[in-house]
Amino acid sequence: MKTAWKELIRRPARFLTAGGALTLIVVLILLLGGLLDGLYLGATRALDAQSAGVFVFSREANDSFFRSRIDATTRGQVAAVPGVDTVTGLSVVQQPIRAAGVKEVLDAAMFAYEAPNERVPAPPATGEAWFDRSFADEGIEAGEPVGFGSSRTEVTVAGFVDGTTFQLQGAVWMDPETWNTVVRDNLPAATLGAGASQVLLVTGDAGVDAGSLASDIDEQVPGVSALTKQDAILGLPGVSDQQSIFVAIITVTFVVAGLVVALFFALLTLERVGLFGVLKAVGTSSRSIAAGLSLQAVLIALGAFLVGGAITLGLAAVIPDAIPLDLEIRRAVITIVGLVVTALIGSAISFRRVVRIDPATAVGGS
Amino acid sequence: MPALTLQDVRKTYGSGDTEVVALDHASLDVAGDEMVALVGPSGSGKTTLLSIAGGLLAPTEGTVRVGPHEISGYGRKQLTRFRREFVGFVFQGANLVPFLTAKENLLVVGDLAGNTGRSAEQRALTLLEELGLAHRVDNLPGQLSGGERQRVAIGRALMNEPELVLFDEPTSALDSKLGEQVMELIRDEVKGRGTAAVVVTHDTRMTHYADRVVEISDGRLAA
Repeated sequence: MKTAWKELIRRPARFLTAGGALTLIVVLILLLGGLLDGLYLGATRALDAQSAGVFVFSREANDSFFRSRIDATTRGQVAAVPGVDTVTGLSVVQQPIRAAGVKEVLDAAMFAYEAPNERVPAPPATGEAWFDRSFADEGIEAGEPVGFGSSRTEVTVAGFVDGTTFQLQGAVWMDPETWNTVVRDNLPAATLGAGASQVLLVTGDAGVDAGSLASDIDEQVPGVSALTKQDAILGLPGVSDQQSIFVAIITVTFVVAGLVVALFFALLTLERVGLFGVLKAVGTSSRSIAAGLSLQAVLIALGAFLVGGAITLGLAAVIPDAIPLDLEIRRAVITIVGLVVTALIGSAISFRRVVRIDPATAVGGS
Repeated sequence: MPALTLQDVRKTYGSGDTEVVALDHASLDVAGDEMVALVGPSGSGKTTLLSIAGGLLAPTEGTVRVGPHEISGYGRKQLTRFRREFVGFVFQGANLVPFLTAKENLLVVGDLAGNTGRSAEQRALTLLEELGLAHRVDNLPGQLSGGERQRVAIGRALMNEPELVLFDEPTSALDSKLGEQVMELIRDEVKGRGTAAVVVTHDTRMTHYADRVVEISDGRLAA
């Protein structure tokens, strides 16, 4: 192992090509992962912020927020299911908004909600709303009136909240009365009756599993479809498709990384057959040489991650804000673990060759 | 007890009509402090004999004993351990690890045998000093002359205090004068330590340094 380490330190040029290729792959994986996370979080943060573990839709809505309607009677039935603690309503429509100091029309996901969640405090006074902080970045200010929809129904900015986006739009949070006023003015067909909402957010009693509670609601309340929060998020249009496509691309990229390591280490092993023959002749075991190869592969992968990570951070700083790139620590951890595992597997391809090197080749051929 | 005993050793490659006999019923005893020169033309079986004596090759038939160790029946892992602890090799052209310094080339074999720490470092430095390389301990092989590289290789072979040291054409890459110096050094080192040595060479000018010269031809040792 010490010998392998010293070779890496004293002969870095030998490993430069493999390290360079892996660095580019790291940049690719981190950027793809960042885009996936940016798209996913941009589409789902507002729902992820909800404390409730179960979302209830009307059955004919096929798990779509915009099609779902739940009336007061059904809400009562859901609340009566054993294991249910609290039930609140949630509704959303997308509306263009205009503010005095902002030239462009902005798109907003306008939520009606009843109780505070992990990122949004309790609903403000009627006629006011909490705005996602992305609107503050666009120039909207607290206390100013904002016009919603073509009718420009005015709602006052009560303040800003962090990390609540929905379908890549900033969210606006208001009580059901204000929400219905805006909807009645701009989208009359979407107006909800008294006590009605698009979906129900259900919190179970302590210790009740969200999955089994959703099943119980499904079985006991006619005309509804209950999903866990995660299933409801994945049911948003495009979310699971995006995830599948990006995960497939990232997986293929990891496979390419493995092939790069395997190819370079196969070549490096061929180059070093003579050296390994001598080491084996003086008593180095094949296992020890293989461990040295693995160490080199892992260190190259770690080096590539550090350099690739720095390059990605640099690129993220210059990429326009309009591109939903979100570099998450979790993604970095997945990348580094995946890369190390891939490097180990790739270097293991050369183990058979190492085992087959005959130590007798170290001695001349008379 | 002899340091090396080969008894009726055969080594063949292939079988039937394509069988090639590399070593044919070879028997040889090398005493504990004896230096034997093994001479013969190319293809005579010198290297095969050396490889079998050092546990690099297994014989097809016969018995090989190094000190108390009968290695004829050893498996691959046992042979690796045996080479690590009981035999020293000096290869043709030195064959040092190119990215390790002279001292590290000695320490790497010490490390393999479990000789680590300050005592191993001290032994490596002492050996290099005895070999006239005190000023070269931190030089890489590429910074050393051919003779210096061969001296480092001798130090490496002696690092684990082996019972037997095997030299494969140690002077073939050196000019006559340097070859004489290296052979003299080999003789002094093995005699000074009471270590047995087998030196394969086809340079008959170097054989007078040995206690005994054994000739090999077509895989057979001369009586």
